[in-house]
Amino acid sequence: MIEMTGIGRSFQVGTEAVHALQAVDLTVRGGEYLSVMGPSGSGKSTLLNIIGLLDRPDSGVYRLDDVNATELNDTQQAAVRRHKIGFVFQFFHLVPRLTAAENVELPLILAGMDPNERKKRLDHALEALGIADRARHRPDQLSGGQRQRVAIARATIMRPGIILADEPTGNLDRASGNDVLDILENLNKEGKILIMVTHDPELGRRAKRQIQMLDGRIGSDSGKSA
Amino acid sequence: MKTFDVLQFSFRAAVGYPARTLLTLLAMAIGVGAVILLTALGEGARLYVTREFTSLGTHLLIVIPGRSETTGGPPPLLGETPRDLTLEDALMLKRSSAIRRVAPVAIGSAPVAWQQREREATIMGSTAEMFDIRQLSMAQGRFLPAGNPSRGSAVCVLGYKIKRELVGNSSPLGEWVRIGGRRFRVIGVIAAKGQSLGLDMGDIAIIPVASAQMLFNTSSLFRILIQAGGREAVPRAKKAILKIIQDRHEGEDDVTVITQDALLKTFDRIFNALTLTVGGIAAISLAVAGILIMNVMLISVSQRKTEIGLLKAIGSPRSQILRLFLSESAVLSLIGSFLGVVLALVGTWASLRFYPNFPVTIPWWALTAATLVGVLTGLVFGVLPARRAAGLEPVEALSRR
Repeated sequence: MIEMTGIGRSFQVGTEAVHALQAVDLTVRGGEYLSVMGPSGSGKSTLLNIIGLLDRPDSGVYRLDDVNATELNDTQQAAVRRHKIGFVFQFFHLVPRLTAAENVELPLILAGMDPNERKKRLDHALEALGIADRARHRPDQLSGGQRQRVAIARATIMRPGIILADEPTGNLDRASGNDVLDILENLNKEGKILIMVTHDPELGRRAKRQIQMLDGRIGSDSGKSA
Repeated sequence: MKTFDVLQFSFRAAVGYPARTLLTLLAMAIGVGAVILLTALGEGARLYVTREFTSLGTHLLIVIPGRSETTGGPPPLLGETPRDLTLEDALMLKRSSAIRRVAPVAIGSAPVAWQQREREATIMGSTAEMFDIRQLSMAQGRFLPAGNPSRGSAVCVLGYKIKRELVGNSSPLGEWVRIGGRRFRVIGVIAAKGQSLGLDMGDIAIIPVASAQMLFNTSSLFRILIQAGGREAVPRAKKAILKIIQDRHEGEDDVTVITQDALLKTFDRIFNALTLTVGGIAAISLAVAGILIMNVMLISVSQRKTEIGLLKAIGSPRSQILRLFLSESAVLSLIGSFLGVVLALVGTWASLRFYPNFPVTIPWWALTAATLVGVLTGLVFGVLPARRAAGLEPVEALSRR
């Protein structure tokens, strides 16, 4: 459950203060599927980063599962990211020197999980995403769609309740983009919150709830009535 | 995160960028290797000098008649002596448990002749124990026989130089030579050893001490050479000598005792200081290696910005990133230090191979200290890059691909 009230965030660009977010209120319940759309610079990525605790708001209160996330310290925020949130990026952000399997395993290693348990979860995740046969390949030996599958496997291996996807299909051709989207939507069907930033209206329309960002504010929200 | 996983991650990261890793390792290896090698050279120089001094005879004490009241300068060699050192004095010294060997020395100059050839030489009267005290070695035959030192027999041992000048290349063993008008049978030739204590052992003829005293018509000794029972026994031996001689000389403290150890200790101090100095200079290269590690790690941090951002996104707190990057510096410096040790071992091996006489040895303290300092350097200089990595803002780090 995500509850944001009065969230503001501004950046200093040169001498000018840019208001990326201004007084944003947003509530997302468990199992919802949101798309966040809007022109570039409208604040959709900043919103996603704040939801994912990668960025701190300047003002407002963000409660995640009834915990005031803005008051957590660095270590606590890291723990929340580790257990509750999975990120999928436009540029995949796989570690180039590690194999696909090692990239997927990384969150488990960082969490200090036992190697046997790690192996079990890893095999399961690779199988589920259909990349078991590419496990020993490095990212530069994989196609874009395969890379994004690896990234999704990595984002989900800690079994988080929230998937945050920032232009997940932005670097993919249409076919593999649809593929990736199907995978993400299946995760949503399993009960995870899926929030996807995109500027492709066609993709955005697939979400049950659509948010339009405009100049740091929520312009329209199809699910606000709820 | 498990320690093993941290190490493995750091190691993989280091292997992932072979060029910069190799350069860092090289710098670290050279730094550590230089420190070890240079201290080994200093230690070698010290051992070399010590060995040269030991070749005079180990745990040597020299008793000289007469008391030098002035400090500094050599004790008077002649005159000013109220009482002479006698053969009996020398033999009494053997009673002390701290003293292992005693060689009385009477010295003079006399012509040595064989057939028609004759030359002036230093004639040394001594006993069989001289052989061990001065660590002489024989080229031919044997040294003076053991026996009652107060009875002189007509045998002599020649220095290799005199032997060559008198008999050439033929063997002198069993020949009779005339020394100062008396006849002595040659029983041995001393091997070349060079000068020691200012006396050329090649240009000398050694005869039993009683014979020498008879030859020079004297009852006094030039000096007494003494070998203590061990290095620790030297001070005890010195005290015993002074006590025994004093008792025999009606309470007069009228001899001077020189210990070889006192001399050695001075050299030891000088060379230890030298070793430390050289090691310290070499430590500068270690600092340079440390700065290089810092540079390389800083570059690594900016190259791996997205990776760091990603680690944060998937749940690494600052402390974990700090740990990962510090351990990478540690792994680099550890392997580098290890290579440095190998380098130093190869260096000493090569040096021993080409200059076997110069005993280059790696002191164990230098080995441990250099390795420890190497790893420590890596850690210290790794702090800044690791802190920079940990402090990166994830959003900024992830914004670029």
